[in-house]
Amino acid sequence: MSILVNENTKVVCQGITGSAGSFHAKQMLEYGTKLVAGVTPGKGGTDFEGKVPVYNTVADAVKQAGANTSVIFVPPPFAADSIMEAADAGISLIITITEGIPVNDMVRAKRYLQGKPGVRLIGPNCPGVITPGAKCKIGIMPGHIHKPGRIGVVSRSGTLTYEAVHQLTQLGLGQSTAVGIGGDPVNGTDFVDVLKLFNADPETDAVIMIGEIGGDAEERGAEYVAREFTKPIAGFIAGQSAPPGKRMGHAGAIISGGKGTATEKMKAMEAAGFLMAASPAELGTTLQEALKRGAPKKR
Amino acid sequence: MKIHEYQGKEIFRKYGVPTPKGILALSPNEAEAAAKHLGTPVVVVKAQIHAGGRGKGGGVKLAKSPAEAKDLAKQMLGMKLKTIQTGPEGQTVHKVYIEEGLAIGQELYLGVTLDRATSRITFMASREGGVEIEEVAEKHPEKILREAVDPAVGFTDFQGRKLAFGLGLTGPTVNKFVQFCSSLYKMFIDTDASLVEINPLVILKDGGVVALDAKVNFDENALYRHKDLLEYRDLAEEEPRETQAKEWDLAYIALDGNIGCMVNGAGLAMATMDTIKLVGGTPANFLDVGGGASKEKVTAAFKLILADPAVKAVLVNIFGGIMKCDVIAEGIIAAAKEVQLKVPLVVRLEGTNVEKGKELLRNSGLAITPADNLRQAAEKAVAAIK
Repeated sequence: MSILVNENTKVVCQGITGSAGSFHAKQMLEYGTKLVAGVTPGKGGTDFEGKVPVYNTVADAVKQAGANTSVIFVPPPFAADSIMEAADAGISLIITITEGIPVNDMVRAKRYLQGKPGVRLIGPNCPGVITPGAKCKIGIMPGHIHKPGRIGVVSRSGTLTYEAVHQLTQLGLGQSTAVGIGGDPVNGTDFVDVLKLFNADPETDAVIMIGEIGGDAEERGAEYVAREFTKPIAGFIAGQSAPPGKRMGHAGAIISGGKGTATEKMKAMEAAGFLMAASPAELGTTLQEALKRGAPKKR
Repeated sequence: MKIHEYQGKEIFRKYGVPTPKGILALSPNEAEAAAKHLGTPVVVVKAQIHAGGRGKGGGVKLAKSPAEAKDLAKQMLGMKLKTIQTGPEGQTVHKVYIEEGLAIGQELYLGVTLDRATSRITFMASREGGVEIEEVAEKHPEKILREAVDPAVGFTDFQGRKLAFGLGLTGPTVNKFVQFCSSLYKMFIDTDASLVEINPLVILKDGGVVALDAKVNFDENALYRHKDLLEYRDLAEEEPRETQAKEWDLAYIALDGNIGCMVNGAGLAMATMDTIKLVGGTPANFLDVGGGASKEKVTAAFKLILADPAVKAVLVNIFGGIMKCDVIAEGIIAAAKEVQLKVPLVVRLEGTNVEKGKELLRNSGLAITPADNLRQAAEKAVAAIK
């Protein structure tokens, strides 16, 4: 078991013939991911690497190849449209790697998804999802640093997630699933969603959550942990040294109700029962400590 | 992307959002001529910089005659205007905007931006216009009215009326306000704005609704479809190194420390800065080379970092996930040779082909200090300066 993806995950890669799409499609195949289809409009009927059939539409990939999960490498101007196409075709998990999608496009795409219950979007602007135990890597993370195990990883950042995974693996702590939720202001899945899944997953023993300054996704994650989370949990916030001078406009600050600094986030997480890593060099060891300490006590 | 108030108002007018009459002036003489042309008993002289809080900083002043407007423009042009948003060094004023004086009845606040929690464009309005709106948000959040816009429907009249009556507006002003908000929403969506803030929005004594200020930012990711807006970009307002970085698609923010940083990924870049601070150093910059850093990009990043005279050591921290460490090492070596690196260089590589990468660095003939992990890298960089 794991969350989001497992042995039954059949992946369609949207944008498989582009440079990023084809490179990572190859990497995913090498890792063992069941990549069953690619989509590039106008290139239907061809194949990728002699192995993976390419279709014109996601609907065809679902009907003919049985895809149930999509990974999107489509360039930013067309990516939001690709997300909606996947949802329309009946894909239940849409993982969007593309970075730089206009905010208004995502606002519309997310509104569209609200009319499609049962569809989950991860990202955009994220490294993807990996379950090492199922040999299922969907995204751009380096497969070899991962190791099958029982630790859940959730993060807003890309390479910092790798750092966390690497430290865990070096300590012998394998991962059940590692999820990058992405750093964009509009994303499909937040910390709370992923924490709920980890909480319910019998194969996950403990979780590390890695946040960043800005927004209030970490604070909402902390509220959830204080309320319901029953497993040991470690955390880190990147950007403790970021200067306050580079501030956003008034309206940005207001909308988050003054939340968003590293100090506030760390305080909220600590109070909720997270064991916080003081430095990013201590992500793995902090999780180890959290395991020893056990689950946070409920208020 | 940020633009000036006078540019924001130009866009407002295109969409039928009412603004006062105004004329841009680049010299005291132009300011005097503008005031004469406007012909109102009082004109307002407003410094044009990309930062808020200008009023308190002395960048917005009333002139009772064209001669006074000229004097005020003379004082403002070339001055370093310091506001709560510019930082302690201030920002040089190159342009002033001369605006007609109006008979103001009431000052309100209106802001439009994305609410991350709901993923909707949201209008925020308050009776507490013209003041520190963050303070209001913190102490009296109930005094800020909010309306989230359904993107499938757009801003509706009833939402406009809810805001108008909530603000205590009456009579014909209510409909003028509704119209104002509708036009503003159309402009926001059409131009892919990321923030529009009007502080203050004023109700005139005759009941009119006018944007007295205009702070407009655009979503950089959407600029590809707004070539016309690129003309509004003012390079004089941007940190030159940040502008240079954009050309290479590097995310760079200058800071005031002395350890230059080159990292892949924003989260890891911030984490690297945090670690430098934790071990007693100070980062000179935030720099994210991105996922697909080529040799050329790494060289450009080195040049950028070293252009800062305060930099006494450089720390490279790359987690080569998909990118192979040997390729990155080649890039670092070539770049270090090309820029004739004179300060200590600490490199931490991790990920695919890490041993090959380290070997290349060892055999490069360059004085590169290798590090095995994040903490060690930061400690070595700090030690290199002492």
